[in-house]
Amino acid sequence: MTFMASLSTTATVADARISGGEDTRMAAPDYGTRLRRARLGLLVALTPVLMLFVSFSSAYVVRQGLPTLDPRTNTLVRDWIPVTLPKLLLINTGVLILSSLFMELARRQIKGQVVLASAKAAPGVSSGDQIRIPWLLMTFLLGLTFLFGQWTAWRQLAASGFYVATTPSSSFVYLLTGTHAIHLMGGVLALFVAGFAALLRRSVATRSIVVDVTAWYWHFMAALWIYILCLLEFAS
Amino acid sequence: MATHEFAAQESHAHEAPQGFIRKWVFSLDHKVIGLQYYFLALAAVFVGMFLSLLMRIHLIWPAATLPLLGDIKPETYLTLVTMHGTIMVFFVLTTAPQGGFGNYFLPIQIGAPDMAFPVLNMLSFWTTFLGFVVMIAAFFVAGGAPLHGWTGYAPLSAIQSAGPGEGLGADLWIISIAIFCIGALMGALNFITTTLDMRAKGMTMMRMPLTCWAWFVTAILGLLAFGVLLSAGILLLMDRNLGTSFFVPLVTINGQLTGHKGGSPLLWQHLFWFFGHPEVYIAILPAMGMCSQLLSVFSRKPIFGYKAMVYAILGIGFLGFMVWGHHMFMSGMSPYTAFAFSIMTMAIGVPSAIKTFNWLGTLMHGRIRFSSPMLFAIGFVSLFVTGGISGPFLAQPVLDIQLHDTYFVPAHFHLIMGVASIFGIFAATYYWFPKMFGRMMNESMARWHFWFSFIGTYAIFMPMHYLGMAGMPRRYSQLTEVAYLHELIPLQKFITYAAFITIAGQLIFLINLFWSMFKGPKASDNPWEATTLEWTTATPPPHDNFGGKTPVVYNGPYEYSVPGAPRDFVMQNDPEIKPAH
Repeated sequence: MTFMASLSTTATVADARISGGEDTRMAAPDYGTRLRRARLGLLVALTPVLMLFVSFSSAYVVRQGLPTLDPRTNTLVRDWIPVTLPKLLLINTGVLILSSLFMELARRQIKGQVVLASAKAAPGVSSGDQIRIPWLLMTFLLGLTFLFGQWTAWRQLAASGFYVATTPSSSFVYLLTGTHAIHLMGGVLALFVAGFAALLRRSVATRSIVVDVTAWYWHFMAALWIYILCLLEFAS
Repeated sequence: MATHEFAAQESHAHEAPQGFIRKWVFSLDHKVIGLQYYFLALAAVFVGMFLSLLMRIHLIWPAATLPLLGDIKPETYLTLVTMHGTIMVFFVLTTAPQGGFGNYFLPIQIGAPDMAFPVLNMLSFWTTFLGFVVMIAAFFVAGGAPLHGWTGYAPLSAIQSAGPGEGLGADLWIISIAIFCIGALMGALNFITTTLDMRAKGMTMMRMPLTCWAWFVTAILGLLAFGVLLSAGILLLMDRNLGTSFFVPLVTINGQLTGHKGGSPLLWQHLFWFFGHPEVYIAILPAMGMCSQLLSVFSRKPIFGYKAMVYAILGIGFLGFMVWGHHMFMSGMSPYTAFAFSIMTMAIGVPSAIKTFNWLGTLMHGRIRFSSPMLFAIGFVSLFVTGGISGPFLAQPVLDIQLHDTYFVPAHFHLIMGVASIFGIFAATYYWFPKMFGRMMNESMARWHFWFSFIGTYAIFMPMHYLGMAGMPRRYSQLTEVAYLHELIPLQKFITYAAFITIAGQLIFLINLFWSMFKGPKASDNPWEATTLEWTTATPPPHDNFGGKTPVVYNGPYEYSVPGAPRDFVMQNDPEIKPAH
């Protein structure tokens, strides 16, 4: 490993060549900084997700208006057959909106815990015992219910003869719902991580940041779903 | 050494790892990740260069049988074109300036201990690496690599039976690019958050070095562009594998209907170029930032018009999203739309000219030090002007009718997007090598490398303009038997010989790079007498960049030859300079 030693890209921390100043190593970034940074990161991360769906939407609008050549009659015809969306999607929408509400309650609950944890540090302050409703778990379960509902809606679509390649409109239904579902799975995974962090007894501040960011992501996913549903229902 | 100001710093989010795996392979340290990106790009550029060499050989000796490789068939030639372009654009021009130097120096230059999300940073590199492996794997599957060009135009790219290489090879090509997009998005997320949230005290946005501005705006471009390319890739994969018809109209192959109908090849072009044109700026903006930095350092003068440079970077980034249609003048477009795209394209000339004149203004009356980084920075300006000046020709739909799909186009984009950006990478390598490796590179070899590259580049690409104007089409594997192009063969031969010599010149760089890494003379902390924060810390920098301290910034990034100052440069964390009145 001597060659790696001569190829060192880092000096030692106590290197005397670092000029001036005093050694003022401090604790890790505070809760507020970490939360702000995580929220900013999420905001930035949502931009390409938005661009992905903007791109799909533009493709949807363009493809809808395109005629195709009918080789039998040698004339231009429209091949866009509107898909009748399964009614189940409305129920799924309700489930997702409800889960978004629960997610918000979970976010506020754990935020309260952070405040309480810092207050507890003060002498003479006691939180007392209180029953906590497991909003996070309920959101997680509703998220899984939504995903199962979407899968069922796909099966209903297939049963009515609309497969991925049947018509361009059905291609877009599968594309948009599928891509949204994959993104929501990311949110479900984040909820799982937040719950797992609680089991591992990670600090409430760390869990709070995970839940906070997941909550904003979840709300974004709910709003995105409503947009997708409107696009599929009203822009056909 | 002057007393620099340091303040309390958030501790590094992770301790310095000791084991080989955590230190050098799955490292969370932005500096190591930057080096990983750099060496990935270095490997990729030699693969890409080798492919271009094969292309050049085939163009003038189409019947030649190469050792180990055998004959180059027409479809193999198209494979070489495709993979050369893809590897160079994604794994070199996007990877080295942003992933490599940006990762290494953005946090240090803004006074941060690391990127905002180090784990994500590590994942972004390994995702990119995976993308490269998948891309290279396309060479080794049945049918070989795809032949649809780096732009992947449908329907050729959308039908598995469209040609050799359009089977599994094309799937791997798309998957590789999708993986690359995800890695690039993770990187962009880190760059933007770090720039906005982790600047040291006193490091206002308008005190950031222009390199940081360039990396920041490039990250925003990537954030907006790669999502669209990813969407196009998903649609293309569905067309290829699930039977959908997003991009494929009613087509027949060998008289057989493919089963697709109604799709639009133009839709692919719109989505692709909505990414593709900003991608040009993703490649060139970091080089512009590096060039601005170096011209100031080695002219011993403040950059001419700092604010104008910042606004020009922002202007170029914004306009870069408005011009994608100029790649499609010949694809079928309303003349009114073409006119709008043409005007917007020529409007980019304004911020580009602002930058160019400011670079010249920086050089004017400067006490220029012609060190190797400066030579490459000046070379960048030269190539940027030469390559840029042919842009307005192509931006006019009427002229584009003649020049489209001729050698004029590769001449234009290789000079401005390819080689100019590569010159930025070379300039940055010679400039930052001492900080990265603690040793100096050999100056004589660097100068030889510069002249080989500079003259070689012009020798290769200037004649291509004439080939294009004379009507020689690009992408064809064999034009030696075409009567009306016969007189142009000597020019093609000249280009190939020039390519041989230029590529040989790159070996000088390679030898210098690795020799200097181990045997170069030890570098001081600030060998170029520069002002930005990376030169205030040890060489190479400690794990947390500033050894548990963080700089407090009082000055702008380009304070050279300040009247009344004790030296001819004032570092960013030196006590605030008072203007002499």
